[in-house]
Amino acid sequence: MNKVLPLAVTAFAILAFATLFLVILPAAQIRGIEPAPGLEPYTEAEARGREHYVDLGCYYCHSQQPRSSDQAPDPQRGWGRPTTPADYVYDEPHTLGTMRTGPDLMNVGKRLPSEGWHLTHLYQPRAVSPSSLMPAYPFLFEVKAEAGPDDRVVAVPEEHAPEEGVVVAKQSALDLTAYLLSLDRSYPPARRDLRDLGYGEEG
Amino acid sequence: MSLTIGMMMALSFVASLVALAFLIWAVAARQFRVTQADAEAIFEESAGADHPPDDPTSFGFRAEGADTAMTGRGLILTLVGLATVWLIVGSAFGLIASLKLHLPDWLTGQAPLTFGRMRTMHLNSVIYGWLSLAGIGVAMFLVPRIFKAPLQAVPLGWAGLVLWNIGVAIGVYAIATGWTDGQEWLEIPWQVDGLLAVGGACFAAPLVMTALRREIHHIYVTAWYYLGALVWFPVLFVVANLPIHSGVQQATVNWWFAHNVLGLWLTPIGVGAAYYVLPKIIGKPIYSYRLSLLGFWALALFYSQVGMHHLIGGPVPTWVVTLSVVQSVMMFVPVIAVAINQHVLWGSNLWAFKRSLPLRFVAFGAVMYTLASFQGSMEAVRAINTVTHFTHYTVGHAHLGAYAFVSLVMFGTIYYLTPILTGRLWPMPWLISAHFWLVAVGFAIYFVSLTVGGWLQGTAMLDATRDFVESMELTVPYLQGRSVGGALMTAGHVLFALNLVALAFAGRGEAEPRRTAPAPAE
Repeated sequence: MNKVLPLAVTAFAILAFATLFLVILPAAQIRGIEPAPGLEPYTEAEARGREHYVDLGCYYCHSQQPRSSDQAPDPQRGWGRPTTPADYVYDEPHTLGTMRTGPDLMNVGKRLPSEGWHLTHLYQPRAVSPSSLMPAYPFLFEVKAEAGPDDRVVAVPEEHAPEEGVVVAKQSALDLTAYLLSLDRSYPPARRDLRDLGYGEEG
Repeated sequence: MSLTIGMMMALSFVASLVALAFLIWAVAARQFRVTQADAEAIFEESAGADHPPDDPTSFGFRAEGADTAMTGRGLILTLVGLATVWLIVGSAFGLIASLKLHLPDWLTGQAPLTFGRMRTMHLNSVIYGWLSLAGIGVAMFLVPRIFKAPLQAVPLGWAGLVLWNIGVAIGVYAIATGWTDGQEWLEIPWQVDGLLAVGGACFAAPLVMTALRREIHHIYVTAWYYLGALVWFPVLFVVANLPIHSGVQQATVNWWFAHNVLGLWLTPIGVGAAYYVLPKIIGKPIYSYRLSLLGFWALALFYSQVGMHHLIGGPVPTWVVTLSVVQSVMMFVPVIAVAINQHVLWGSNLWAFKRSLPLRFVAFGAVMYTLASFQGSMEAVRAINTVTHFTHYTVGHAHLGAYAFVSLVMFGTIYYLTPILTGRLWPMPWLISAHFWLVAVGFAIYFVSLTVGGWLQGTAMLDATRDFVESMELTVPYLQGRSVGGALMTAGHVLFALNLVALAFAGRGEAEPRRTAPAPAE
């Protein structure tokens, strides 16, 4: 350990070795796969909504990766079947998440299919789930004295409603809701061999 | 396919074991020519002689204690100062994010104030602002000392300082406005990352050039970690930020990067500093210098492959998850090696631990490294991960590593090096003690809250008979506890910053260092 160059080269080689296993080989296995039959590309509104999902940081509290019933009761909670890489082909950036301060959202569009519910919930989560810790997102909405002909009016219970006027969804709230409603991976799984089967074959 | 998968796993595992065996052989056969006498390379006296304790705050300046003429001194002090600014800013973001988790209707009026952005601004401020800048400042102080050569290309370092700080500032502002790359630890937009990459190169060049200008035969262990980190971080940062990844494949790159930022950037910064400051303050070499060799190479080998334990039970191939689980458990090897070396040293010199506050910070941080790593190895085991994954338990663990370990080592090292560089003693030493107790008590509250609350959250989530909402409701008192702990830690950081400001302004009248005889070791 008396020379700089051998030390640097060996250190680099070890990281290259790790990169082969953690980055290159998984990429070789996963990158070329076909989207699962039943998975649709996002529409323009859904893609814009997904951008809000990412830039507001929804994925810091919600995962999008139900575990198998071998490991956890995720399917029984209505969160859907365990996912495979074929379910995420259109996702960039990925939103797998690492935290469940709130529930998994991989199939929230199927579990909670009402646009009105989502709009109210985004405006004030405690209007529909009293103990919720989710932040309110009032800046995705505006309060108007009267709704215009094209406005989407949001139903808000009296205790959470503004003193005057009606709550109207901005385009960002409508897009975000469109994205949430698009989250439905209830079609049959494809390429189950590419997910972690370490807890059992049901994977 | 299963054959290929098994083959790849077996190959990696066997290669790791062979490399480890090679290391053990090489150490035993003195291939690396490392002797215990080399451990004393950091002392001014020759090996075997008595080394007086070295910490101006606790023992007074030694005859040659101050180094106010050091090349690059202004750069190092500015790095420390700006790191501290990021620490205060990042702590404020963190405290706001923590409060928002149990006060969800507080500050909801504007998008930049929402939890998802505050949390992210906190992480990027403390990792790329505070810890990275403090680590580079410490490296610029230690590398010239270890290689006994003046710091080279100081103007490049200044350019790095400007570029890096502008990069982090634009990055954090971008996140506030919703411009993000949208992956944990990689949120700063890749267009802005270019500034950080160039700035990072400007930081690396003076350090490497100093190493090449060395006047010594042996390279001390601290420098192995710093040279390693200087090779690793640029590779990680550039590969992960290339805008070519997508879907699950992107998730594997994401966690390869994110865990290696901890393992191959922040950990070398912390372990390297502790390997220098602990023996230097005490005046005795580390316990077993040869063991430090095993610790370093085993860290490189095992830590670099642990990232996929963040995707256990997820939509990634079984073999790569299992590989990371195995390597996570193998991390016991380097961690125990470092633990023996560092803890035996300060543990058998408790007189210094009692007298020197900088040493207390560093030793406390070193212990937290051992604990954080043991905990991390256990968390990667599938049965335990099933409970702790997706819960606040993980957040507690992350802070045990990045905060209680790396940040505390940085605090101690800055308390040690600032008087040496300025020739001024800390004007309010009692603030150092107050800082220590605020962050120690605050962190204890923080960690216990999240660990207990996170575990209960995880067990509730696994119980199909309990509604999911229960797993969230039960965390509320623990999240409140976390905010209390975080507030105490933030208060400690304010005292740290105050002391730095006081030292910068109050000492002008007595620029001449107070020279006192070194205190004898008791």
